[in-house]
Amino acid sequence: MSDWSQALSSRPAMDAPGGMATISGNRGLQIEEKLLFEQDSPGHCGVDLPEPPPFGARLGGLERRGPIGLPGLSEPQIVRHFTRLSQKNYAIDSGLYPLGSCTMKHNPRLNEKMARLPGFADLHPLQPEGTVQGALELVDSLAHWLKVLTGMPAVALSPAAGAHGELCGIMAIRAALEARGDRRGRILVPESAHGTNPATASACGYTIESIPANERGRVDLAALQAKLGPDVAALMLTNPNTCGLFEDEIIEIAAAVHRAGAFFYCDGANFNAIVGRVRPAELGIDALHINLHKTFSTPHGGGGPGSGPVALAAELAPHAPLPWIVHGPEGFALVEHPDGPAARSIGRLKGFHGQMGMFIRALAYMMSHGADGLRQVAEDAVLNANYLRVKLADALSVAFPGICMHEVLFDDRFLKDTGVTTLDFAKALIDEGFHPMTMYFPLVVHGALLIEPTETESKAALDQFVGVLRGLAERAQSIKKGAGDAAFFRAAPQFTPRRRLDETGAARKPVLRWRPEAPASTGSADAPRDAGRNRAPSLVDERS
Amino acid sequence: MNTTRFTRDHEWVRPEGDVAVIGITDYAQSQLGDVVYVELPEIGRTVEQGKEAAVVESAKAASEVYAPVSGEIVAVNDAIVGDPAKVNADAMGEGWFIKIRLANPTELDAMMDEAAYQEFVAEQH
Repeated sequence: MSDWSQALSSRPAMDAPGGMATISGNRGLQIEEKLLFEQDSPGHCGVDLPEPPPFGARLGGLERRGPIGLPGLSEPQIVRHFTRLSQKNYAIDSGLYPLGSCTMKHNPRLNEKMARLPGFADLHPLQPEGTVQGALELVDSLAHWLKVLTGMPAVALSPAAGAHGELCGIMAIRAALEARGDRRGRILVPESAHGTNPATASACGYTIESIPANERGRVDLAALQAKLGPDVAALMLTNPNTCGLFEDEIIEIAAAVHRAGAFFYCDGANFNAIVGRVRPAELGIDALHINLHKTFSTPHGGGGPGSGPVALAAELAPHAPLPWIVHGPEGFALVEHPDGPAARSIGRLKGFHGQMGMFIRALAYMMSHGADGLRQVAEDAVLNANYLRVKLADALSVAFPGICMHEVLFDDRFLKDTGVTTLDFAKALIDEGFHPMTMYFPLVVHGALLIEPTETESKAALDQFVGVLRGLAERAQSIKKGAGDAAFFRAAPQFTPRRRLDETGAARKPVLRWRPEAPASTGSADAPRDAGRNRAPSLVDERS
Repeated sequence: MNTTRFTRDHEWVRPEGDVAVIGITDYAQSQLGDVVYVELPEIGRTVEQGKEAAVVESAKAASEVYAPVSGEIVAVNDAIVGDPAKVNADAMGEGWFIKIRLANPTELDAMMDEAAYQEFVAEQH
């Protein structure tokens, strides 16, 4: 059977720890998976199609003559291929996923049950309004609760993810400024911002000015005030910020921004820390996107795409993108054209109405938690991050003193003089069975390690994580006392299907297209160390 | 005498007559890690001190390179666009970024000399 050719691939044995290589190159039940194109067995086919009746070509001699390049594969080959690939994946369903700034929380299965109800799952966005009243009501209910949670009068649901929400918010701000005949050219962004903030501002035609952080890891209010002026269109701020800290001068910040005639945009990526506790409108925020796929579950790898609704203040609401849902005489109706009451809309940002599947999941999450439950989500998320902060304070180096919000930021002072870098430390964590935290972001601290446990994790899970982090930190510290060396860390991860990926090679010489291997010679001048593993530079080890 | 001057943003400036050669420091390249992409300005563009003049990107981060002095861009180092590894290999020499015709040579006076810069770097970490 063709699967034998798979097991006895010509790939060389992986460099297993202790130099133990296997004959097949597989390790345990971790299979060295070839690409489907490399598994090509000509003549194999997963479907049995009837012979077509005789026909004459009508393509005037333009018909394809060569093979179309699809691999021959049986159904079990394909099923096994994708099953094996899925087993190499890591997801929130597999374990702790402490990526700071990503809010990788558990996605309740109830969400999935709701999203699969045929009344939702089998809808088509072009169905007549009269046949989708329930779906429109769901979207309207979600919008209602987002307005309640933010305290804002309007919400635009169509943006497909956080950065798309930013685009929507800044376009609405631009439209509002133009509507009052106010041309402004600059947007202010703190140093610690998500990269999407300046990217969005730039995409909307603004020049960006960076606001430095103060020694407390927050926006330097004096520096902000010095940069504000009649040419500033908006400030884009994340609160809590990417250092996991609450911007405690936000009321003064908002007042200063408004005095300058500018708008206050808030990146709501970290809304999980304050949902149910703080209404952003009361902080003076004019526009705020909410990552449904963070705060309201359905995270990356936990099911489905992103969704980034934007809550808007009254002055921005008339510019909200289409479609709008309105209550008409015959129930819910969609406003899809920028005329009449929607004449000032920025228009359509996305095909159809947004990520309907995410709307269902987010509303299911909200309704199953209730107001008290959502409040507890924020409280537990903050409690968990602070638990880690306190438990690790003497082993790692906390970047900023004091209580943090939903994520805790460490810098690499604890690795000083050990020869171990943040990257090495994170890679060693993989060998211990943990997905690493966010590294080297935010850029405002040296060698950042940003941990966001979310409310999902139990105390037992956190204690286990703390134990491993403390153990690794101790091992790094012992290097300074002459016990062991940094080689242990530099060699990590040792137990993964691939070791360190050559990110530099992948960026400098990207291989973007699969090509069949040349039949005769193996190896290349580029990667002599890796002669057999060949072809993709991203598969070779980073360090020589 | 070494006339090279340094900024707090880790750029270096080496005056050569009325033109200054500009690059990022060896410390900057070591902090960035392997440089994978460089974007340089157009020749003839006028830049202002402290404003963005180029972009440098590594596997770890993307950063702006600020113009340490004001003036007109008179040359750019296309070699580092084709082979960004040059920035890592020789940041202070072959890995230079741009040359600016100095609009205001006194801008150099406020910058750090090598000894002061080394001291500044030592405080960074």
